[in-house]
Amino acid sequence: MNTNTLVLNNIEYIFEDGQTILDVARQNRVQIPTLCYLDGVEATGGCNICVVELKGEKDLVRACCTKAENGMNVLTQSPVVVDARKKQLKALLESGNHNCSIGSSQGDSWTAFQMDSIRTEQTDALCPRWGDCELQNLAYEYQVQWNRDNLPETKFPKETVNPLIIRDFSRCIMCGRCVAACNDIQVNRAIRMPEPSDSQHVIAGKKDVALKDSDCVFCGECVQACPVGALLEKKSQYVCRPWEVEKIRTTCPYCGVGCQQQLHVKDGKILKVTGVEEGSPNKGRLCVKGRFGFDFIYSQERLTTPLIKENGVFREASWDEALDLVADKFKTIIAESGPDALAGVSCARSINEDSYQMQKLFRAVFKTNNIDHCART
Amino acid sequence: MTNSFAEFTDARLIVVIGSNMTHAHPVAATFVKNAVQKGASLVVIDPRKHELVDFAKMHLQLNVGSDIALLNGIMHVLIKENLYDKEFVENKCTGFEALEKVVAQYPPQEAARISGVSEKMIIETARFLSSIKPAMVCYTLGITEHTCGKNNVMSVANLQMLLGNLGMKYGGVNPLRGQNNVQGACDMGALPNVFPGYQKVDDPNARKKFETAWQVENLPDKPGLMIPEMMHGLTDGKVRGFYIFGENLANTEPDMNKVAKELASAEFIVCQDLFLTETTHFAHVVLPAAAWSENDGTFTSSERRVSRVRTASQPPGQARPNWWIFKEIARRFGQEWTSSSAKDIWDNEFSVLAPAFGGIKYDRIENDGLQWPCPTLDHAGTPFLHRDGNFTHGKGIFMPAIWTPPAEVPDASYPYVLSTGRRLYHYHTRTQTGRCEGLNDLLGEETADISIEDATVLGIEQGEKIRVKSRRGEVCVTAKITPQVPKGMVWMAFHFTEGNSNWLTNSALDPFTMTAEYKACAVAVEKI
Repeated sequence: MNTNTLVLNNIEYIFEDGQTILDVARQNRVQIPTLCYLDGVEATGGCNICVVELKGEKDLVRACCTKAENGMNVLTQSPVVVDARKKQLKALLESGNHNCSIGSSQGDSWTAFQMDSIRTEQTDALCPRWGDCELQNLAYEYQVQWNRDNLPETKFPKETVNPLIIRDFSRCIMCGRCVAACNDIQVNRAIRMPEPSDSQHVIAGKKDVALKDSDCVFCGECVQACPVGALLEKKSQYVCRPWEVEKIRTTCPYCGVGCQQQLHVKDGKILKVTGVEEGSPNKGRLCVKGRFGFDFIYSQERLTTPLIKENGVFREASWDEALDLVADKFKTIIAESGPDALAGVSCARSINEDSYQMQKLFRAVFKTNNIDHCART
Repeated sequence: MTNSFAEFTDARLIVVIGSNMTHAHPVAATFVKNAVQKGASLVVIDPRKHELVDFAKMHLQLNVGSDIALLNGIMHVLIKENLYDKEFVENKCTGFEALEKVVAQYPPQEAARISGVSEKMIIETARFLSSIKPAMVCYTLGITEHTCGKNNVMSVANLQMLLGNLGMKYGGVNPLRGQNNVQGACDMGALPNVFPGYQKVDDPNARKKFETAWQVENLPDKPGLMIPEMMHGLTDGKVRGFYIFGENLANTEPDMNKVAKELASAEFIVCQDLFLTETTHFAHVVLPAAAWSENDGTFTSSERRVSRVRTASQPPGQARPNWWIFKEIARRFGQEWTSSSAKDIWDNEFSVLAPAFGGIKYDRIENDGLQWPCPTLDHAGTPFLHRDGNFTHGKGIFMPAIWTPPAEVPDASYPYVLSTGRRLYHYHTRTQTGRCEGLNDLLGEETADISIEDATVLGIEQGEKIRVKSRRGEVCVTAKITPQVPKGMVWMAFHFTEGNSNWLTNSALDPFTMTAEYKACAVAVEKI
């Protein structure tokens, strides 16, 4: 059998039929930047950032949607390629409200905006994705120069009418990743790219409505897919910078699917939740509860001390007092009526180890098998 | 689940029965939809036209509680037309003759009469199911929350055995578990008849093993009470002390008026929870517990995957991990337990005592979890059970079932059938989701979902307050008129105290599982 090979930056690599140049590059850890490409979804080639040079060919090709061919000789960082990417990045940066004060400026002096945004980082004039934006990262990497003094007028107002997600069209680069996330990954079919007759932004619903009036179910997959500051979580905007955040992997506390979550934690506080991209079983996906249902732990209504009821009213108690009371009462009941006069219901939401301990308490200590939980409902 | 979520996307045929996956298991539903986009076929069997129906090749809109009749009807056709997997049935199963005899009583005409699904559709479904192999069947509480819940489950298993769809990838019988760790709580032995790892309490060898491990004598040999029996025991004094850990029974159990009476009659109730709830109202002592992100530990998902839970924040005030609280009570009875972390409990106790989990240790589940059975440290886990049709107990046993109607069916006084379930934006009684910013804005009240036809006849407008009543209680609730619900049905959830479906539900139980019939009772609907 013949082996397929191609050359990437003068090194030969094997590939399988059907793989794209980008697939081969990623498999072999050769960097090719992308913006519109979304894992698990058919590439559209819309952003033109992944262009590469084929030796001997005049036109650059897009790595995400060009199939690898035997004998191909690909350059991923040639001067022509870098120049093309710079031009495309400049066009994207000048197309919207990308005021993120990064990259080399055209003059030598810093703009008043830059100074201002450094002084007051929490200003909402500054893009909330600052430091966590794929476009900004590329602008920095490629040292793109663009005109930041005359940002284009914002054509469409920000949509903030739902409780969870902000849509800021002024920062959208129309890469289509949110649309793919909604239609091809979560398959909620709530948003779409515009038809020529529509306003030229990502459209919710058939008739260009707010998310809350569309089929959107607020899973937030679009926010996780957005490479720039066009889709934001209300709960987490302006509360942290990415480098201040520790990411802790855990398992979702709601249904029985067991989605893997990344908790974004700063100073012992969860600020945001995203899906673990390669994690099983959810492969990065979450639902509305998994993504936005974490802040109950900070409710002011949390119980913070044991409570004992006296004359029909709860009063605060110490652990020793409460646990002594429970133990004494249970001992009395066992002595008078036998261990089977006790019964316990364990919790199907809490960790395994808690249920293990509770059944052990009932069996090994109280000596009854009266332990159950909502196993069959 | 016999199989895994990862198989959904590449399955060729998925049958979803009694499961509103897009609401109750939303991420699992995305993989089902992906499969359809890639060319798989989806068959939905459900009284409601829920969101997955949009993706389905066939929707069998059966009457509430008629699953056994419908499935028997399909099996009748499979046998009559010789469409079943004879090789699998002969080599891997027993009890076929008994099945044949029972399903003979359910020709399509009879199955159609009971289920409301047409004869033609029943025959077409049988032929279609036999034409694609393998198929995955997924179910949820639409199957189990009936007085015939156990028989419903057996009928689903009968179908999959008859089709030879067990013991391979992209097949199986797949119950999607409702809670994050209901599988795990079972595995841990928080059940009245088994020790951790499903070792029976009435087996002397198992008792001996746990007596040695726990350094105690005389472990009880008689299986204990199930929840409904415990609740009943409160009223006649058989149960004097009741320990409720993290459950809001006052709102989740059927017939809330009855539940309130039972809890109110208790001599001594201890509740261990994150918040004051409708249930802690009845407690004598309340113990403050650490929450999900305030613990290190593990959850076990529907697909038997044991995954890590990690500490990201500290519990408020004096709230403590639950395992610590239980250990402190044991200490007051003179038992000093040595494990002093969740990792100790798993690595040094549970996984040592439960053979199917022996190979799962914390250091092996740092990233993706492992699926049990995983008996040894070099075992990679088990994505699907009963490989090649080799069942745990030898051969697969057909357990044929006769259809029985719900305990309460509509009549002249209560002419509608009430069925219940969960909605996307909240979880159970909202103790958690009700305290998350934004979720109450997406769903702020309970509704009673009714059909367009019934709304027209009753003169009910969208969003109007209506009264829904059963023999046990009544609620005043907002009407939601929807094409998802068929004529004659009311559909409600149990997320809010006001308008909670459990004011109405029937506490009649499946005799084996003691699961109540949340999915079917009779109600009347009135304009106010």
